Amino acid sequence: MKRLLPPAVVVLGVALLTAIASSTSVRQGPQGSSTADFTNLHTAVRDVDAELQRRWQELGLTPAPPADDLQVLRRLSLALHGTIPSLEEIRQFEADDQPNRLLRWTASMLNDSRFADYFSERLARSYVGVEEGQFVIFRRDRFTHWLSEQLRPTNPEERRPYDAIVRDMIAGRGVWTGKGEVNFITAGFANGDFDENKLTARTVRAFLGQRIDCAQCHNHPFDTWTQDQFEGLAAHYGQVQLTLGGIRDPTGHLFDLPLESVSEFSSASVSAELRKTFRDHQQRLRKHAAIEVVTDDALWLVKDARESEDELEPRFVVRRVPDVLAVSNSDGEYLVEDRNTLAQHLVDPAVPFHPEWLGTEGNRRERLAVWVTHPDNRRFERAIANRVWALLFGRPYLSHRPVDDLPSPDLSGETDDTHMLDILGHDFREHDCDLRRLVQVIAASQAFLMDSLIDWEEPEKVEAAQAAWAVFPINQRRPEQVIGAILQANSIKTIDQNSHLFVRFRRFINERDFLDEYGDLGEDELSDRTETISQALLQMNGKFAKDMTAEEAFSAPGRIASYSSTPEKLLENCFLTCLTRRPTDEEKAHFLPQLEGEQGSKKGVVQDIYWALFNSPEF
Amino acid sequence: MTLFQSHDLTRRETLKLAAGLGVSFLLPGMELRAAERRGDERPRSLITLWMAGGPSQLETWDPHPESKHGGPTRAISTTIPDLKIAHHLPQMAEQMHKLSVIRSLVSKEGDHQRGTYFVQTGYRPETTVVHPSLGSILTQQRPDDRVEIPMHVSLATGDGFVVPRGGYLGDEYDAFRIYDPGHNIRNMRQPVSDERQDRRLANLEVVARTFRKGRERQVDETLHQHMIERALTMMLSEQLKAFELDDEPQAVIERYGDSRFGRGCLVARRLVQQGVRSIQVVLQGFDTHANNFEGHEIQCAQLDPAFASLVQDLEEHDLLQSTIVLCIGEFGRTPKINALDGRDHWPQGFSCVVGGGGLKSGVVIGGTDPDRAAREQDRPDNSRSATDDPVQIPDLFATILKQMNISPDREIITPIGRPIALCEGTPIERLMG
Repeated sequence: MKRLLPPAVVVLGVALLTAIASSTSVRQGPQGSSTADFTNLHTAVRDVDAELQRRWQELGLTPAPPADDLQVLRRLSLALHGTIPSLEEIRQFEADDQPNRLLRWTASMLNDSRFADYFSERLARSYVGVEEGQFVIFRRDRFTHWLSEQLRPTNPEERRPYDAIVRDMIAGRGVWTGKGEVNFITAGFANGDFDENKLTARTVRAFLGQRIDCAQCHNHPFDTWTQDQFEGLAAHYGQVQLTLGGIRDPTGHLFDLPLESVSEFSSASVSAELRKTFRDHQQRLRKHAAIEVVTDDALWLVKDARESEDELEPRFVVRRVPDVLAVSNSDGEYLVEDRNTLAQHLVDPAVPFHPEWLGTEGNRRERLAVWVTHPDNRRFERAIANRVWALLFGRPYLSHRPVDDLPSPDLSGETDDTHMLDILGHDFREHDCDLRRLVQVIAASQAFLMDSLIDWEEPEKVEAAQAAWAVFPINQRRPEQVIGAILQANSIKTIDQNSHLFVRFRRFINERDFLDEYGDLGEDELSDRTETISQALLQMNGKFAKDMTAEEAFSAPGRIASYSSTPEKLLENCFLTCLTRRPTDEEKAHFLPQLEGEQGSKKGVVQDIYWALFNSPEF
Repeated sequence: MTLFQSHDLTRRETLKLAAGLGVSFLLPGMELRAAERRGDERPRSLITLWMAGGPSQLETWDPHPESKHGGPTRAISTTIPDLKIAHHLPQMAEQMHKLSVIRSLVSKEGDHQRGTYFVQTGYRPETTVVHPSLGSILTQQRPDDRVEIPMHVSLATGDGFVVPRGGYLGDEYDAFRIYDPGHNIRNMRQPVSDERQDRRLANLEVVARTFRKGRERQVDETLHQHMIERALTMMLSEQLKAFELDDEPQAVIERYGDSRFGRGCLVARRLVQQGVRSIQVVLQGFDTHANNFEGHEIQCAQLDPAFASLVQDLEEHDLLQSTIVLCIGEFGRTPKINALDGRDHWPQGFSCVVGGGGLKSGVVIGGTDPDRAAREQDRPDNSRSATDDPVQIPDLFATILKQMNISPDREIITPIGRPIALCEGTPIERLMG
């Protein structure tokens, strides 16, 4: 890829020339009528704001003042598109004087395909992790592409509701290259082995916002999860098999026996008659085979071995279904090695609570998918509300806990700081589990619209204000946001699907290179982080900083310098392009002398302003 | 008070002047450079060779060709009488008398992430607190302001969770990561003239001041300014040369092996010379669930020359007495060979090599019986026979801490208000020098 770059850059130059020459029309502003009806949204936002105010009052906090609209636009752009607004977008936004400007712009940004692409990448981290293509049977790119397609349609009727998307993931069947969602399952394979435990823990973390990982080996020390519950959940993935036709769940059903045969299973040894019955169905049972009762009168395990002195191994499972005894191959069952007896024991699918939510049709995974997304399963909507909140603010609503470690809703002593998640979750359910609606409600809340400024300095108060969302948090930018912003600041026009192919190609190449160096935070991305010295070095001295601030004819520094009529205009454009704001008086006093007269034509002046803006804590 | 420039300008001028006149006593810390100090006056450093993925004890330091679970790995004699190691490590066989081997490490964590956490911090993962890695503890407890480059470094760095973290000591104690040692120096140099760099910093100061107003605490929490200051100091430091290999003869680079890991080990030696406290060098690829034997042959082909050269090189530079070297991974691998000719995760009875820094050498602790272990492999933890002479990870850590003159039971008040000991182990007397 890297070797491609030099010729590509040459072509890019030509392409940009052509693009600049031919682009005279101004891009369209937000779609939809300026009188669009947001009444319905207002009601939800009012509930969210009321909850915020309740907490502030309770804690005696005065919230930060509202942020400037341009700053909100910048936040939205970073959260929804992974980049900052272009100068072009800023101009359109400022020229828009119709009511509900921010609401309309949010809606428009959600309809932009950059939202589907960026949000699917962020969400995918919790579903399939960050590792790419390590296994022949896992294609992360297909997964994110599929997810993006689900989020993309602008017409709500064509969009898959979030609960349906999740059901697709849990119950996906077929080939992972053709059906992106199947990669949720194949991500559970490691070196050819399918790990039900990994997938079970991930299902609970990603979709229910809770951690039961340690119950895999022992009862959860702090919560109510037990190892039995974990195994019961994992059994839903117990039939997953990798076949030539992709992922399937063969049940291994062989034949049925009449209910009268139940007496045959009352003793540990196998009768001659039972062996004959099996033989009649082309299945062999040896004399030394043994029967183990798993559940009285309902479930049996038949074990056999090649030679009588060999260890007996599970061969068949006999299960009482209402009117018959169904005999199946044990391959289609979930067998776990018992930690006390060393024998393999059979685990039937079970859920830790509300079994009535389980689906009644289809295979085990399909039934589990219905349970996870069941309308009464509050964990499901809380989890997504907390995660989307985190993607918009950079930290989860319950900012002191990992994003996927929420308290159980039915635990006694439930703190009321989860109340917000229920408000958001309820609205989400009411509106067909529409992720865009959830984003809109949060983005229109007072918490999202407020400044990061506060006028008191006591550490405890600042901390309390941050925890109660009385001030907008300052976060370290994510790596792709940093590079997205650097690239966008280097271009006057918006880099999106409408951009010329080469501009997008350059963005792609640059992002990859930069991410390698900056380091990816992985799945742990939403926990509290500070900047590192390596990142500071990369931003100050890296080749990206150098390339992107170059005063070349087609870069923003170059173009801004050439078309800005006065030093004031030039300075303003630099600030708008990089920080989405205008310079303060103090800043003007510092920078203008550099740009005026002979000084201004000196090489590197604009580049050095850009450099400072890129490296400021505000960028 | 300026935010970014402070005394740097004059300092830079002083440095230049000093360098130009050849008056080395003006260069900060030069006369005290670690490499020039000897014996007890020299603060100790730690180099950890991190075998990411969990190396097989049977294919490295604890081969058992006599066992039906030993696989095709042969055992070769070493410079420690009666100690045999895998035939993949012929160069190390010549160095073993300078080091010691523990073959009976035990852990309860069999997952990569959890196992890594445990073997890097000495504590099992908890939900309420993140423990600092051993390297962060050493860095925090033994600061040295003569060192202007990061005191805690990870070279050829691995996946996110492999990077040693500062935990409750703070992100500032996170290891400084170098992905491609010896090749990734460019970001540490300022790309413009001094005149322009000064203009840039003056610009930055003005913009940063605007943003900080009313947000002092929140901005400070991101450590942005602190990191830029440290980066600027580092960019001007002579010690930065330690990250480069330009002045190393090609023969030396090749002796270590011209791979990320090999260059990492060489850079580690150079960093120790500058007084860097803790350096991790990562060798990835030990997770051999399939083709374990081929996999370990490939891994050891990198490990053997790099580790052996490092030990020799440290000794030749008179640094081995003040540098502890530890070669360890998150766990070992199962005695049973699986259907894919692989070995799976096995935290009950695995090996490490430790030595230097004044620790006793030539000591061999513990041993494993792969046949017995294989018979009991599928039993629950508590019903397996105990490993002979088991060594707990915290005991290994306590040994290293004590050897570096840090009291392992010293307690630190964590941000959640709970005091936690640096380490809960007891030093292994047999290893103490």
